[in-house]
Amino acid sequence: MTYLRAVLLVAEKDLKVELRSREQVVTLLFFALLVLVVFNFAFDFTVIDFVTLGPGVLWVAFIFSGVLAISRSFQIEREQDRIQGILLAPIDRSAFYLGKVAATVLFMAAVETILVPVAVVMFNFRFNGQTALVVLAFILNTIGFAAVGTLFAAMTTSTRRAELLLPLLLFPAAVPVALAAVKTTTHLLAGHPFAAYSHWVLMSAAYDVIFLAAAVLLFDEALEE
Amino acid sequence: MSEPAEKPPGTAWSGLTEQALFVLVAILVPVCLHAIFRAVPTEEKMGVVQRIFYFHVPSALAGFLGVGLCALFSALYLWRRDRRLDLLAHASAELGVMFLTIVLLTGPIWARPVWGVWWTGEARLTSTLVLWLLYAGYLILRQSTENPEQGARFCAVIGLVGALDVPIIYYSVEWWRGLHPKVLKVSGGQGLDAEMAKALTLCSTTFILLFLLLLLQRVRLGRLQDEVESLTLVANRRAPYTEPA
Repeated sequence: MTYLRAVLLVAEKDLKVELRSREQVVTLLFFALLVLVVFNFAFDFTVIDFVTLGPGVLWVAFIFSGVLAISRSFQIEREQDRIQGILLAPIDRSAFYLGKVAATVLFMAAVETILVPVAVVMFNFRFNGQTALVVLAFILNTIGFAAVGTLFAAMTTSTRRAELLLPLLLFPAAVPVALAAVKTTTHLLAGHPFAAYSHWVLMSAAYDVIFLAAAVLLFDEALEE
Repeated sequence: MSEPAEKPPGTAWSGLTEQALFVLVAILVPVCLHAIFRAVPTEEKMGVVQRIFYFHVPSALAGFLGVGLCALFSALYLWRRDRRLDLLAHASAELGVMFLTIVLLTGPIWARPVWGVWWTGEARLTSTLVLWLLYAGYLILRQSTENPEQGARFCAVIGLVGALDVPIIYYSVEWWRGLHPKVLKVSGGQGLDAEMAKALTLCSTTFILLFLLLLLQRVRLGRLQDEVESLTLVANRRAPYTEPA
């Protein structure tokens, strides 16, 4: 079995489970929507320009629901000791990691795809950049978040205080992703030229490459034996 | 009862180093205090509060040394799987967090009278805070793992990932505050009076030595904890056992 095939199989497994139960994305979506509603009450967007606060509001919703998605992704492997099966399977463990990242990115992207139009209606704003750039910016930052999150979640699920530890470790480590995401989104909303924020997009890409590579090398150590 | 377990190799040497360091630090700390409060001239614009600088900067050096050593020993641990390397990584992280705490406390005390604010979003401040949060998480993770071997592996991963993250965090925070006035930047070493530079070097050396002393002590404590744990294990195993008739 080729490496890529193993990665796709792991991701496919998670997607199949999701398509049959349909509980992950729906729950995540409602949670993210709730965060938006809370912010809608916290800030009066009829007075405040959405461009100043909106990108932060959106990404807080995505990041909070993303943490839930990542931690759930390893909880289901712990239930009935499914993880033992995966560890015994004749695939490279880093392939398991990459498959998990791929599935998480898909779940987060699904939430983002549905929630952004909802937010557009709710807060009455529009993107002034090219659609391709918007998609690229969202995907790059989602990958970075999922890459570090999945590595950390593999460790935290086998500890006490698992639900609390993941955000505790992930939020400081993901500060660059959060800043890049918010800044890029701000520029996209304001309709600035690509040159004004290209360094942020580059940084997100660099973050993805560095931490995906580091996690592939370190993932063996992050699993319980 | 049986003799205590034989001393691990290298104990005599590190014990001697520890004593020598203790004597050195005990002499140097009063010398530093004399330099800070008597020898060094008062800074023209900032006044007396500038003297906190001689604790602030050396603490930052020791804090970053802790974080750097933690990454180094984490990598070495994953390579050699030596418990001593893990103890060193853990001790470095603990000391890193402690010295960064001093940095984060002394910084605002200085900033309030000089900048007029306790805190700003300046790159160095914010990235130090993020670093502190990251390694505080490292210490919490260590307390939450099921067994020491797991804690050592997981924390080594965090130590390495954290070190990779440091430059990215720094640049991201600097870009984030791209338009922030550079006036708030702490003056570089060039503008320092000769007497002040001398005091800073002295205090930095003292803090680094203090760091090394605490590191050795913390590692020794870790070893003793290991020993107590294994002795307790042995004792518990023996206690319920009764000689068959």
